[in-house]
Amino acid sequence: MKKILIHDVTLRDGNHAISHKITKNQIAIYAAAADAAGVPIVEVGHGNGLGASSLQVGESAINDETMLRIAKENLPHSKLAIHVIPGFATIEKDLIRAIDIGVDVVRVASHCTETDITQRHINYVRDRGKEAYGALMMSHMASKETLVDECQKMESYGAEGVIIFDSAGAYLPNQVTDRITELKNNLNIPVGFHAHNNLGLGIANSLAAAEAGASIIDGSARGFGAGAGNAQLEVLDAVLEKMGYITDINFYKLLDAADIAEKELLKEIPRIDSLSIISGISGVFSGFSKPVERISKEYNVDPRDVFFELGRRQVVAGQEDIIIDVVSKLALQKRVSNV
Amino acid sequence: MNPLKVAVLGSGNIGTDLLMKIIRSPYLECSLFIGRHLNSPGMNKASSLGIKISDLSIEAIENNPSCCDLVFDATSALDHKKHWPVLKKLKKKVIDMTPSGIGEMCVPALNIEHCLNFDNVNMITCGGQSSIPLTYVIGKTQCDVEYIEVVSTIASRSAGPATRINLDEYIGTTEKGIKMFSGCSNVKAILTLSPAQPPIDMQTTVFAKIKKPDIAKLKEEASSMVRKIQTYVPGYQLVIPPMLESDRVVMMVKVQGLGDYLPKYAGNMDIINCAAIAMAVEYSKKYCNITNGVVS
Repeated sequence: MKKILIHDVTLRDGNHAISHKITKNQIAIYAAAADAAGVPIVEVGHGNGLGASSLQVGESAINDETMLRIAKENLPHSKLAIHVIPGFATIEKDLIRAIDIGVDVVRVASHCTETDITQRHINYVRDRGKEAYGALMMSHMASKETLVDECQKMESYGAEGVIIFDSAGAYLPNQVTDRITELKNNLNIPVGFHAHNNLGLGIANSLAAAEAGASIIDGSARGFGAGAGNAQLEVLDAVLEKMGYITDINFYKLLDAADIAEKELLKEIPRIDSLSIISGISGVFSGFSKPVERISKEYNVDPRDVFFELGRRQVVAGQEDIIIDVVSKLALQKRVSNV
Repeated sequence: MNPLKVAVLGSGNIGTDLLMKIIRSPYLECSLFIGRHLNSPGMNKASSLGIKISDLSIEAIENNPSCCDLVFDATSALDHKKHWPVLKKLKKKVIDMTPSGIGEMCVPALNIEHCLNFDNVNMITCGGQSSIPLTYVIGKTQCDVEYIEVVSTIASRSAGPATRINLDEYIGTTEKGIKMFSGCSNVKAILTLSPAQPPIDMQTTVFAKIKKPDIAKLKEEASSMVRKIQTYVPGYQLVIPPMLESDRVVMMVKVQGLGDYLPKYAGNMDIINCAAIAMAVEYSKKYCNITNGVVS
C-alpha cells in the first residue's frame, strides 16, 4: 500500500481566514491535538508565511517567534513546518531565528514561474541540516512544461520535494492529474499538492493528485484556510484510507482535533461563498478574499468586478496593494458613468 | 568646457542602459565601456555606437588611469568591494549601482548636493529610489510615525539573475535607506516579481502607521516631491495620492522607463539609472563648469 505524507496547514493557511489574528492559546491547543493524532507535519505562521506580517497583507496578532515557540512546545512528536516567501522573509531577519527555535521543515515558496528566487533560502535550510521543500504558488497560471522546468530548478537547489499550490482553487481534477503526472515523470524527488476549495474540488483534486503519484498532500482541519478553505484534512484522511493509502494518522484523534479546531479556531466554518467561486473562476489568489471584500465595501463597488479585473491583471500572491488601485479605478468609472 | 569623462564598469543591462543615457547628456562623455567578454550584447551595443570598449574589467582603468574622472560601477556588490580600493587610490569619483553599502547613500531629490562631497556614492536600490523620497515626506510632515512599509512590484522579465539571487540584500539595503531618510526606525521592504504578460510597469506602494495623520499636508508635499523626481525620472507618476484606508496611510507610484536599452516596463532599472545620471551631471556641473548644456 502506498504511503501519503499529510502536511497540516491549519495553523498557517487558516490564519488567512481570521485576518492573521491567530492567538497563542489557539496555536497551543490545536498543535497539541494534531500531535496527539500523529499528524506528521504541522505548519504554523502568518497566512503568507514567515516575515509576512505587514500592512500589505495584514498584521499578525502575535509575532513569528512567539507563534513558533508555542507550536514547538506543543509538538513533542510532529515536525514543525514554516512557509517562507523570499521577498517577504530574509535569511538574516527571519530564517536564522526560526530554525534556531526548532523548525524542522521549511517550504520555500515563490510564484510558480519565479523559483530561482528560492535558491539561497533552500541552500541555507539544507546547510542547517533541516528539511527543505519547494512550493510553487498559483501553479494554475503555468503550463505543465513550465512547471517541470521550475521544479527541476528547485530540485537542483537541493529541495527534497516540490509541492504545487492551487492557491486560487482554480484547478479541475484532470488538470491536476496532467500536471502531477508530468512532474512525476521528470523529477527524482517527491511531488505534493496543496488544494483550495473555491470550486468545491478540494478533496477531488487532492485525490486526483494522489492517484497521479503525488506523495505529499496538504489539508487543514475543517478546511480552515484562505478563501473557501483547503482540502478538509479529516475528510482527506478518511478518503485516502478508503482508497487504500496509508497516512499513519490516528483517525479518531484526528476527528477530535478537527472538533477542537471548529470550537477554538474558526470564526465561521469555511464555505464556498459567492466571492470564493469568483476567486476560483477568475484565478485570483484565495487570500485576497478578505481585503477585496473590505475595500470594495468602503468604495461601494462590486467585489466580483474587482476579482475579475485582478484576474485580468494576472496578479499573484503578495500584490494585495493592487486591490486599492483596482477598486479606486472602478469607483471612478462608476462616478463618471453616473454623471 | 569639456564634458566629464566617465567610464562604465559592467556591461550588463544596467551598464548598457546607463551608456545610452550618458551619450544623450551634454555634461557627460563615455570614454570607456568595460566588461569581461567582448561579445556580450552590451559590448556589441557599445561598439555599434562608436564607444571605446575593453574586456579587461577593473584593469582597464588601472592600465590607463587618465581615461576617466568618474566610474559607474554596475557590476555586483561583491565586485564593488574589490574595485573600490583600486578606484580610491586612483582618485576616481565613483557612483556605485550595487547594494554594496560602501558609499554615501544618494537619492538625488533629497541629498544631491550633500553627495557632491563624497568620492563614492551609492544608489541604494530601485525600490529605494522610488519609495525613499515619499518616506522622507512622511517623516517631514507627520508626527508619531510608528511604522513605514514599502512594497515594490516589478516585471519578472526586468529582474536579471543578480537581482533574483540578491533579494535579501535588496531588502536590507532598501530598509537601511528608508530608516536613514525617513527617520523612522521601524520599517519593512517587500519585493514581488510579477509574471504578467504583457509585463507591468514598476509599481511602488508606501504604507505607514501614523497616530494622527495629516493627509492634506502629506498630499501637498508628496505632489511637490513627485514633481521634483520627474525632473530626472520622467516616467515617475503618483497613481494613488496619499489616503487613509483601514487606518493605513497609503500612496502608490508607477515608474515607466524611458525605453533606452530596456523595455519601458523596466521602470525599476530606469529609475536607478536616471538617479545615477542626475548625480553624475551634478559632479560635471561642479567640476567641468558647464552652465548652459541642453539635454536633447
